[in-house]
Amino acid sequence: MTRITVKVDGSSFTDDVEPRTLLVLYLREQLGKTGTVVGCDTGNCGACTVHLDGRSVKSCSLLAVQADGHEITTIEGLATNGQLHPMQQAFHENHALQCGFCTPGMIMQSIDLIADNPDPSDEDIRLGLEGNLCRCTGYQNIVKAVRAAAGGAQ
Amino acid sequence: MTATEERPAAEVGTARLRKEDARLVTGRTRWTDNIVLPGLQHLAMVRSPFAHARITSIDTAAAKAATGVVAVITGADIADEQGALPNAWAVIPDQKAPVHPSMAVDHVAFAGEIVAMVIARTAAEASDAADLVDVDYEELPPALELKAASRDEVLAHPDLGTNVSAVWSYDSAESGTGGDVEAAIAAARDGGIVIEEEFRQQRLIPAFMEPRSIVVDPTTEQMTVWSSTQVPHFVKIFIALVLGIPESKVRVIAPDVGGGFGGKLQFTPEEVLTVIAARRTGKPCKYNETRSESLMAAHHGRDQWQQVTLAANADGTVTGLKVELIADMGAYLGLVTSAIPLLGAFMYNGIYKFPAYHLGITNVFTNKTWTDAYRGAGRPEATYAIERLMDELAARVGADPLEIREKNWIKHEEFPFSTVSGLRYDSGNYEAATAKARELFRYDDLRAEQQQRRESGDPVQLGIGVSTFTEMCGLAPSRWLGSMGYVGGGWEHASVRMLPTGKVEVVTGTSPHGQGHETAWSQIVADRLGVAFEDVEVLHGDTQVAVRGLDTYGSRSLAVGGMAVLAAADKVIEKAKPIAAQLLEANTDDLEFTAGRYGVRGTEAGMTMAELAFAVFQGHKLDGSAEGCLDADATLDPDDFSFPHGTHLCAVEVDTETGGTKIRSYVAVDDVGVVVNPLIVEGQVHGGLAQGIAQALYEEAVHDESGTLVTGSFDQYLLPGAPDLPGFDTARTETPATTNQLGVKGVGEAGTIASTPAVVNAIVDALRPMGVTDVPMPCTPYRVWKAIQEGRNS
Repeated sequence: MTRITVKVDGSSFTDDVEPRTLLVLYLREQLGKTGTVVGCDTGNCGACTVHLDGRSVKSCSLLAVQADGHEITTIEGLATNGQLHPMQQAFHENHALQCGFCTPGMIMQSIDLIADNPDPSDEDIRLGLEGNLCRCTGYQNIVKAVRAAAGGAQ
Repeated sequence: MTATEERPAAEVGTARLRKEDARLVTGRTRWTDNIVLPGLQHLAMVRSPFAHARITSIDTAAAKAATGVVAVITGADIADEQGALPNAWAVIPDQKAPVHPSMAVDHVAFAGEIVAMVIARTAAEASDAADLVDVDYEELPPALELKAASRDEVLAHPDLGTNVSAVWSYDSAESGTGGDVEAAIAAARDGGIVIEEEFRQQRLIPAFMEPRSIVVDPTTEQMTVWSSTQVPHFVKIFIALVLGIPESKVRVIAPDVGGGFGGKLQFTPEEVLTVIAARRTGKPCKYNETRSESLMAAHHGRDQWQQVTLAANADGTVTGLKVELIADMGAYLGLVTSAIPLLGAFMYNGIYKFPAYHLGITNVFTNKTWTDAYRGAGRPEATYAIERLMDELAARVGADPLEIREKNWIKHEEFPFSTVSGLRYDSGNYEAATAKARELFRYDDLRAEQQQRRESGDPVQLGIGVSTFTEMCGLAPSRWLGSMGYVGGGWEHASVRMLPTGKVEVVTGTSPHGQGHETAWSQIVADRLGVAFEDVEVLHGDTQVAVRGLDTYGSRSLAVGGMAVLAAADKVIEKAKPIAAQLLEANTDDLEFTAGRYGVRGTEAGMTMAELAFAVFQGHKLDGSAEGCLDADATLDPDDFSFPHGTHLCAVEVDTETGGTKIRSYVAVDDVGVVVNPLIVEGQVHGGLAQGIAQALYEEAVHDESGTLVTGSFDQYLLPGAPDLPGFDTARTETPATTNQLGVKGVGEAGTIASTPAVVNAIVDALRPMGVTDVPMPCTPYRVWKAIQEGRNS
């Protein structure tokens, strides 16, 4: 067991974890952050995307011990005082989700995308979401939502 | 005139934002894997690495001794207890099928079949111990290639004596729905046109985003099963039937479910085994499949060879269609594996007036993952064949592909139309959808550009693909299902309850997993009962709440389940009438129900549904002559299928030097009848297009020569990402269905059914001057390049 201290969605946690524990499993099983999900075992789908110190990471591709001393934001930490984050609102308003399983990762990646590129073209958005798979929407409304959120952020 | 204009209220037809989103965008979801119970144990499966083998021995000693392990179970341990997995559709009375065990006992028939399971304290301990289970196999030759398997060259199940499960046919001359196809072909060989093609429907994987997950709690009198399934009601019935547990002792809950696409229309080995593990240990058990397990062992889709012959007059008027297809069942029959080709059997004639039709189906076992429903299930295959053929016919005649279609399609004024395959299309307007698509696509401009590129010898050629499709959906009239050999029905059930506070509780037997029923059913009920959209709550997916239901698949939810909701709402209005009469001291004949209120004709007196609901809750003023309850149940069996249709046009740029393709524009004009929520409909079309395009360009489940799945992760199975797909231009025409009250048709599968041939037709159209007449799917750059080389050499 290894002791780690992390800040997740604004709260600090100190825990003993097995060195092989994936960050996503630590978040889900030890902290109950079940909004973040696991969709594959090869790092392709991006459903588990969270922010580590403000940048998107696939939490299935990091060990919990690698997050020691860092700050993590999950889908559950985005809304403030009951107000949806503009990206969450944009996904809702543009019908950018159906089953919603990829949505937490997709939203976290989209926020990172417009942080890097505040005025992305549709092509920029599609490339920026390359590592996040969705089987329901055909991506059209996701692209629309990200564009809308980017517009609103300016 | 549309039905919309006749409706008094405004909810139906409005692009309401989804109620479901609130929890989904914030992570307040309940996926099955989120469920944790005290004492929860975890399962890991040991799966066969061989496609075909005999199990000679299993040594579980090391696994049993590993830390945290509660039990290790092999097929021999549960040989009697596990029963056999069901096939619910005998396409012929003497259909052949091997016994389908949840866990192999002594014979494995595909790579990925479960041979043992470990029950342990944690998922990691279960997984570690599964690696310690030592299984000895004696390898057997696998039956892999479908055509060879159909000839019984190698047997997938030696005990069965053959690989052929069933042979089924439909003939219009025998059925009295048309002429003799052989005569039509013979006549066409003399001065007409005969087109003979062979198409391959490659094997696909549904690949829903949420891997399957099951939790079973056996710790009370009643067992509770959470499963990531499309069909909780099916799962309940089959747990009872297969494991001998009284149905009343089983509760199945499908909580939030992350996609299905037919892939979760199944009763699975993993469900049976998790129940057995929980029952044996008396503790709650959870099984989560990994993505690799999901791709390997959750059922696959498509996988057919289609031999097609189209006969036509020299002017391009079609005279006959003959189809012989071989369908790969894989290693076993799942719930409706055997019927997937059958669901396409009546759609090969598409929207066209064929005077003669023959279809033969041969269902064949191989040593590959079993197949079953995948979005469209039979209808994409049929639509692909006919729409590819119509493009070939146009080329042969030298006519525009849209013109040759119009020459042969059922005209607007000819509905209702009885087809050569024995269906009755109630409504449609192919002219309107096509005209709209042409305009949006700028068809004539693109044809001009195509001509220009051809003349200039541009290395990047432009192709235009057409697909004017229809499909049968809204599964299904129970009588029809019974006549075709299905053991179940196709009805749907709903309850509508007025609550004391004026809110409305709707219970649906459908089981959504992304389709937005909570939103759409709210719209339907709000209109009918005259209550606010926000005041309607839709419950589903728990067999203790939605006691009766047949779940979600086959684009049935709105046309069947939604109509059941409507029927239940109407019953509530009827039940409220005598109560309103009592409370208003009026004669029922003097009451009229408008906008959620019973009023006494000619007076100001009246009561809203909310007021009536509270009065019923109190019961103070009821005289007992009418039941004091504003709840109603309705079961609805559809009169017929619904037949959505549309015109899809696709422009593809093909780099003739590399074989690379790029979809430049895609226009989809769909007619799904009256639309309850245009936002949801558009989303369904987008997602459907993505999956149909993916079949045309990207996806294929590939096995190597030993029967191992090569495309066993998302590294190899090419699920399209955002950069792999174009933007879509979607639009609608609205020809109301005449077979249900609202005039709605299904939409869930339409995009998938229509789009695959549109894309491939475009690629072939681009390359036709180079002698290319077909490119096998998926049309990878290599295959396109190879087709160009072969075309040049021919």
